[in-house]
Amino acid sequence: MKQMMGKQSLELKNEVYVISGSSIAGSKEKEGPLGLCFDRTKEDPMMGMNSWEEAESALQEEAASLAIEKAGIMKEQIRMIFAGDLLAQSIASSFGIMKLGLPLYGLYGACSTMGEALSLGAMAVDGGYADFVLTLTSSHFGSAEKEFRFPLEYGNQRPLSAGWTVTGSGACVLGNKKSRVKITGITTGRIVDYGLKDSQNMGACMAPAACDTICASLRDFARKPEDYDRVITGDLGSIGQRILLALLREQGIDLHRQHLDCGMLIYDQDTQDTHAGGSGCGCAATVLTAYILPHLESGEWKRVLFVPTGALLSKVSFYEGMSVPGIAHGVILEHVPG
Amino acid sequence: MEHMKSEAEKKEYEKYVKQVTPVHSLPVNMAKAFLTGGLICVLGQALMNAGMDLGLNREDAGSWCSLLLVLLSALLTGWNIYPKLARFGGAGTLVPITGFANSVAAAAVEYQTEGEVFGKGSKIFSIAGPVILYGIFSSWVLGLIYWLGKILTWW
Repeated sequence: MKQMMGKQSLELKNEVYVISGSSIAGSKEKEGPLGLCFDRTKEDPMMGMNSWEEAESALQEEAASLAIEKAGIMKEQIRMIFAGDLLAQSIASSFGIMKLGLPLYGLYGACSTMGEALSLGAMAVDGGYADFVLTLTSSHFGSAEKEFRFPLEYGNQRPLSAGWTVTGSGACVLGNKKSRVKITGITTGRIVDYGLKDSQNMGACMAPAACDTICASLRDFARKPEDYDRVITGDLGSIGQRILLALLREQGIDLHRQHLDCGMLIYDQDTQDTHAGGSGCGCAATVLTAYILPHLESGEWKRVLFVPTGALLSKVSFYEGMSVPGIAHGVILEHVPG
Repeated sequence: MEHMKSEAEKKEYEKYVKQVTPVHSLPVNMAKAFLTGGLICVLGQALMNAGMDLGLNREDAGSWCSLLLVLLSALLTGWNIYPKLARFGGAGTLVPITGFANSVAAAAVEYQTEGEVFGKGSKIFSIAGPVILYGIFSSWVLGLIYWLGKILTWW
């Protein structure tokens, strides 16, 4: 059976289930609309550690352990881990999951990393190369501000287009053991660059990439927006959403009924001073595990296109005047009737 | 869909993005900055007057005033209060000497985890550094002009 679909998608021929999902989030996320959905929330942003980076690693470690526990398997049954984060050289992942002592593929897809991890993990399971894989990612407000912007205590005003990096980690165990959610298809995103250079308006930088991947996925699978209960992007925020819907309209696609954005779900824009919305790898990952998976498990949603979005910049590329290209990976999640 | 755009299309997209991106209201921000910056200056004046009342001359009172404002700003930075003031006051908290102190203290707090030399030592002026460099450089240029003017009897 041919598994390649169209130009950049693939259909999984075997059953690949999302066996469990875990979400660990910070206190600001707890105060947000999804506060009660997370498995655990942490009052101490330092997680009892000495630095933001160590704290983010601790988030990953806890999310990984919890996902394995919820899957009801032994950690030794995990054949490989697909993980990444926003910090330089992905240190949050490296130091977070080192203790597990399991084979690892380290990834970088900026805030789209959860989509990348799910795609590769699902392919590994589908190909028979693993019975169980662990996919996870994280972000931390403190470590991301330090990595990409200013020291936390530095007094400045954030523009209204800026996002707020989610403190949290989400992990999923994928495998061939039946559960209520399965991954049926993947659309790998390409780098899309519309030349924007404003790193404080990531939604606008990433919206063209999200549009590109959504169009490609619909085309490759010959589907319409109505074939999905929801199409959920990662962290476009309110401005990015507006641009995405406009770009899709230009392509003849009306998505306003199906579209949700994790960045807009996780915070209350009006009361939490988060401006455009949540961002970071942890945004899509925790919203997936705390909000999207439960809706699919219950059958309220039958089919969802999950499209985490990433902005491929570094501090150096930004200061050297390069643009901020975007990338988005599409993962099709479906409800499995009991 | 194209994954890259021509220069003209990039400009067009940038223009469109600008249209749909909300920005802070400039008059409101200016009013807040005026109020906050003004209050910091009033505090400075009060400190200076108090110094002179205690018998200091104008110059010494001025030095004490600066020292105390810097101390206050560093403490408020450590207590996580200064960033909140700055979120409201914007340039009003950035421009006075307190903003400078905040940028140094904030870096010191943030980079202490990376050690005394490569952390605090080398990164403490990561925000204030340009101000120091270009501040000194521009005063050097002005000094040169002043010196040339003297020689050429412009003044």
